[in-house]
Amino acid sequence: MTLTVHKKQTILEEVLHEGGPVATHPMLIAAAAAVVENPFAGRYVEAIEYFMDELKPLGMEMARALIEILGNDVTRIDGFGKGAIVGAAGELEHGALWHVPGGYAMRELLDDSKAIVPSTKKVGPVGTRLDIPITHINASYVRSHFNSFEVYVPGAPAADEMVLALVMSCGPRVHERVGGLKASEIKGEDGLR
Amino acid sequence: MKAIVRKYQTAVEETLREIGKDIDPPTRKATAMAVIANPFAGRYQEDLSLLMDIGEELGDILGRKAVAALGIEPPAAESYGKAAIVGSNGELEHAAAILHPKLGKPLRAAVEKGAALVPSVKKMGDLGTAIDVPLGHKDAAYVRSHFDGMEVRISDAPRADEIVVCVSVTDSGRPLPRVGGLTHADVEGKDGLR
Repeated sequence: MTLTVHKKQTILEEVLHEGGPVATHPMLIAAAAAVVENPFAGRYVEAIEYFMDELKPLGMEMARALIEILGNDVTRIDGFGKGAIVGAAGELEHGALWHVPGGYAMRELLDDSKAIVPSTKKVGPVGTRLDIPITHINASYVRSHFNSFEVYVPGAPAADEMVLALVMSCGPRVHERVGGLKASEIKGEDGLR
Repeated sequence: MKAIVRKYQTAVEETLREIGKDIDPPTRKATAMAVIANPFAGRYQEDLSLLMDIGEELGDILGRKAVAALGIEPPAAESYGKAAIVGSNGELEHAAAILHPKLGKPLRAAVEKGAALVPSVKKMGDLGTAIDVPLGHKDAAYVRSHFDGMEVRISDAPRADEIVVCVSVTDSGRPLPRVGGLTHADVEGKDGLR
């Protein structure tokens, strides 16, 4: 079974302000989504784990695309997340195949990325929107970087498709001011603090 | 700059396979969007020239962002379109002031030429309202393979006092065009129609 990609989408968002002071450096969020054929649609397949290996090159390609869109400077990228939307003839477990190829690709390319990549997934119809969680790449508890980004691909996923998405960001929420662990205070030992 | 921009968003969509057939090279389209404050929200303003100037600024900024997102040189752009969503404290005419008088000239500079009308849509909307930006060939409106559209939305815009302004640019037509008509190769590009 080989991977078939139907469509690719990238989005770059630059947030300058949200009613408060205009940021010196806009907060950047980039998302990459791929609409792929779900080889397991329409029936129960027990052995699906092998498909993670087929998704690995796609994960790397999407992670590289995000780094390029964000200005090719990995030192500025400090947030990430991932998600999957499975079409109606698929199973939630199919979306779980994205955890390894999506997450490891980003952590391989980003320095000091000890934190778990936050994620979400669901089964849904064409046009389903998914709120992908974002956290700091090196310490999950950094409060200024708890964020999210909504992803959807018009016209997808069809019943036998999956939308696989990765998100990276540069900088905290544009007007972050609710305290907690700061990015400057990260110990960087356990991926949490 | 006259526009007060809250955020920009640029979306690129690339189609590699459609109904079991490979699309080679893939078709690609981009939409650059700006979420701006509506200077005339909540009141009737007779003179809309400020919005016309904002349209001129955004035609340049968004046109260049869309072309850059496709990674192409300006002459490689093939079709374009524009749209605006006005938040509930504004007026549909605000979108018209941004889109129609002055946005086109800098957009045409960004795609190098653009003899054809820039197709457009506008509507009132709320946070997360989607809009289908119409697409037409940049030099010859009758090119049938390039009649298309691109759906975009920003989840947190427009707020009531905001306007979302969209500019779309492509480097290709539909994935599998086969309904005849004028083709990209046969464009004369003089009158904007054929």
